[in-house]
Amino acid sequence: MKKTVLLLLLFLLLLNPDLLTAESGRLKKASFIPHWSPQAQFAGYYVALEKGFYKKYGLDLTIIPGGPNRSPIDYLRQKKATFGSLWLCSAMEQRDQGLKLVNLAQMMQRSALMLIAKKSSGIKTIQDLEGKKIGMWRNEFQIQPKALFKKYNLQVKIIPQSFSINLFLRDGVDLASAMWYNEYHTILNSGLNPEELTPIFFFEHGLNFPEDGLYCLEETWETDRQSAQAFAQASLEGWLYAFSHTEESLNIVMKFMSLANVPANRVHQKWMLARMKDLMVEENPKDAFGKLKQDDYDLVARELKAVGLIRKIDHFPSFYKGRSTDVQK
Amino acid sequence: MFRNRSLALKLILFFSFSSTLIFSAVFFYNYRYSRAIILENQEKDARNLALAAVNRTESLLNAVEKIPENLAVFLENASYEKAELLKLQKNMVEKNQEVFGSAVAFEPLAFKPNISFFAPYFFRKNSKIEFTQLKQESYDYLHADWYQIPKELSTPQWSEPYFDEGGGNILMTTYSVPFFQKKGGKRLVAGIVTADISLEGLQEIVSSIKILKTGYGFLISKNGTLVTHPSKELIMNATIFGLAEALGDNRLREIGRKMIKGESGSVPFRDPIFFKECRLYFSPIPSTGWSLAVLFPLDELMADIERLNRIMIIMAVIGLAVFSVAVVFISRTITGPLRSMAKATEAISIGNLDMQLPEVKSRDEVGKMASAFVAMQHSLKEYIQKLTETTAAKERIESELNIAREIQMSILPKNFPAFPGHPEFDLYAFMQPAKEVGGDFYDFFLIDPDHLCFIMADVSGKGMPAALFMAVTKTLIKTTAKAGMTPAEILTRVNNELAEGNEAAMFVTVFCGILDIRTGQIHYANAGHNPPLVTTQAGRISFLPKQGGLVLGVMEEVDYQTESLRLDVGDSLFLYTDGVTEAMNTQEELFSEERLEKELALLTQKPIQETIGDLMQRIKDFSGEALQSDDITMMILQYKGGKTTG
Repeated sequence: MKKTVLLLLLFLLLLNPDLLTAESGRLKKASFIPHWSPQAQFAGYYVALEKGFYKKYGLDLTIIPGGPNRSPIDYLRQKKATFGSLWLCSAMEQRDQGLKLVNLAQMMQRSALMLIAKKSSGIKTIQDLEGKKIGMWRNEFQIQPKALFKKYNLQVKIIPQSFSINLFLRDGVDLASAMWYNEYHTILNSGLNPEELTPIFFFEHGLNFPEDGLYCLEETWETDRQSAQAFAQASLEGWLYAFSHTEESLNIVMKFMSLANVPANRVHQKWMLARMKDLMVEENPKDAFGKLKQDDYDLVARELKAVGLIRKIDHFPSFYKGRSTDVQK
Repeated sequence: MFRNRSLALKLILFFSFSSTLIFSAVFFYNYRYSRAIILENQEKDARNLALAAVNRTESLLNAVEKIPENLAVFLENASYEKAELLKLQKNMVEKNQEVFGSAVAFEPLAFKPNISFFAPYFFRKNSKIEFTQLKQESYDYLHADWYQIPKELSTPQWSEPYFDEGGGNILMTTYSVPFFQKKGGKRLVAGIVTADISLEGLQEIVSSIKILKTGYGFLISKNGTLVTHPSKELIMNATIFGLAEALGDNRLREIGRKMIKGESGSVPFRDPIFFKECRLYFSPIPSTGWSLAVLFPLDELMADIERLNRIMIIMAVIGLAVFSVAVVFISRTITGPLRSMAKATEAISIGNLDMQLPEVKSRDEVGKMASAFVAMQHSLKEYIQKLTETTAAKERIESELNIAREIQMSILPKNFPAFPGHPEFDLYAFMQPAKEVGGDFYDFFLIDPDHLCFIMADVSGKGMPAALFMAVTKTLIKTTAKAGMTPAEILTRVNNELAEGNEAAMFVTVFCGILDIRTGQIHYANAGHNPPLVTTQAGRISFLPKQGGLVLGVMEEVDYQTESLRLDVGDSLFLYTDGVTEAMNTQEELFSEERLEKELALLTQKPIQETIGDLMQRIKDFSGEALQSDDITMMILQYKGGKTTG
């Protein structure tokens, strides 16, 4: 991705002038919880915080470190956090179950979830998955794989997968679930070469569930729309800054990781940040940055309804409140 | 250019260059060879060091493996109650110091049908044995690596190293052994028995590996995670592959892949931490699939040989300097005498034979040459002395010869006109002597008032004998010739006189003529001499016929014939010696009788003295640069007419 694209995006973002009218003297307190512990997956927010982008938009923001024991859903429900990051499908599920969440910005445009097999296990195509042991995470991580198996009519043996990919590395399973920006790189850095692996991306099989997005309660949106928009705007700017200032951003991420006592590996974070850019910034359409496309929303909603995870599909505008010309404010 | 340099410089350059070359070759070979030996030995050491560490680790791990394996056998084959199991389990941890903790974790409902999850865990804390139940709800042991992997693989497994959170807060690895239950004819995993070990012991073994100053050992797990390393921040936080990626070092990645595949080997390696060229030896730890590497820095390894090299180079430089000085000295001892000898011989060459030659004490080639020079100088001196003496003697002889010549010349009549009282004839003679004393002579005298005797002769040979012989012959002829004798009689008598006792076997050619002044009649006899030419008033010219008379002095009693001719008024008789006809030019051509006849024909009208002068000039012109080898003698007798009686 060329730098010019990033500059163009920044320009487009700054076209929203009323956001900067927030009274600069008094900052509004707000908090944000990402859906995992600090890492480059959330670089944009840490960078925006560190570079004062939230302040610029009138927010005195606190980032609550996420992690396995801190769910943004709980934090939002209990109003312990103003904003949270969630997968699109999780947010839609929650909304259907009564936790009224609205999407303020859709960060990822492409699904990073994937299945990985070793070529040595004989898996080269989707059809080779028949009868295989597949390591799978829980909940929303299973929606796409199950849809895939259904689509290709595959009978597989699902093995619960923990946070480590050791089960896969030791051949305890034939395929492992992985995030492209995380586990895939961990596998590479455990000594397997890309050409020894068969990666299966869901977006290549008509199952593009865009993941990370920014959410708040509908209630928050109704009462303090300006803060919500300011948060989304500053976050997007944070991301653009992170993409064009890689090393500086990595320093920031590493700092927050260390603060949260998370083992930090710079090479890994660098990979992750680079993949974030691939997943968020698309060549076509250029102005899709931060937007939720209705096509994507419809696809996810359809799939969720089909497997019974949601009962009805909400009207798109009532769910999506992010930047787009065709969405009412 | 180089050719003109001094011998010393040439020697220094040649020897320095060649010895530098030789030294370099020896040095280079020595360096390469000792380097290879050091490397080989060091590699052996490293291998031994690594293998020793691997063996220690292996025996530690193998000892630990037995513990859960025994418990697993018990669990599979015996029936037991909860209290009994816990006691056994606690005992196991307590009795085995190397075991940090142990869990016996069951599959859901596998312990008792009424207990969903059962996973007792004993572990050390502050040198006491603590107990806890691992709770599925909060810990999810069923999906922990130490449980799930051996379960899925149905084989005992060593886990990846991990930090035990909440427990001992130490780095550990767990050996997990699955145990089985038969259910419906199938052998199913019923649970996992584990033994945790602290990695401290392992880390100590590895970090005790010290090679030279900065060489070290490190351990990586099956996933390439650095388990021990001198840089603490890398431990458990980086894999060898991540390190390779960070450094952009693909070679390191390849080494890592070999290591986790259980290979062993020795490779050149650039230390990613200290950025030094190293050699890396790695060897697998078979039980865990981990790999131990030892790394030895080449610069330190080569420090000794580098130091030796420096010393060798310094020694070589000093050696070369000393060598050059020696070469200078030796070449001086050679070229010094040579130079002074050159100077001395230069002086000798311009004549200073008494020049003192430099003294050379050595007995080498230079010494020999010097004494040869001295000998040469001596013999030169001697030779020159002799030469001087000889020259003096020769000069004396020469001066004597000159005197002889002068005497010889003085006995020839040289006053012309010779007979002013006789206008009836004119006579002119000339002799151009050669450098050496020759034997030509001429003579003329009146026998009586009416008869003129004239002689032209040539004695054989040169030098003093010829001169003496000539004087004798001339005197003999003059004393013999008396009035009334014919030329033949004169020659016969003279011949007899000469031939008698002629030990030296010398001879002389003589033309003897007697002119009757009144009539112009000439009687003559020829003893082997060149025939004279007759020129007439009319300009005709001809040789007198040859007579064939034998030369004088060879044998006695030889008869000579008297012939006669008559000169008319104006006719002349031209007499000469072979110095005229045999005069040679530089092309070695003779002047010849033909040329003489021709030249003389052109001069008949001139007065006789002029004729002879011109002819002499012609001969000189003909000879050019060629040396005159014989006397040139000519005489003209011209008849002018009878005496009028009055």
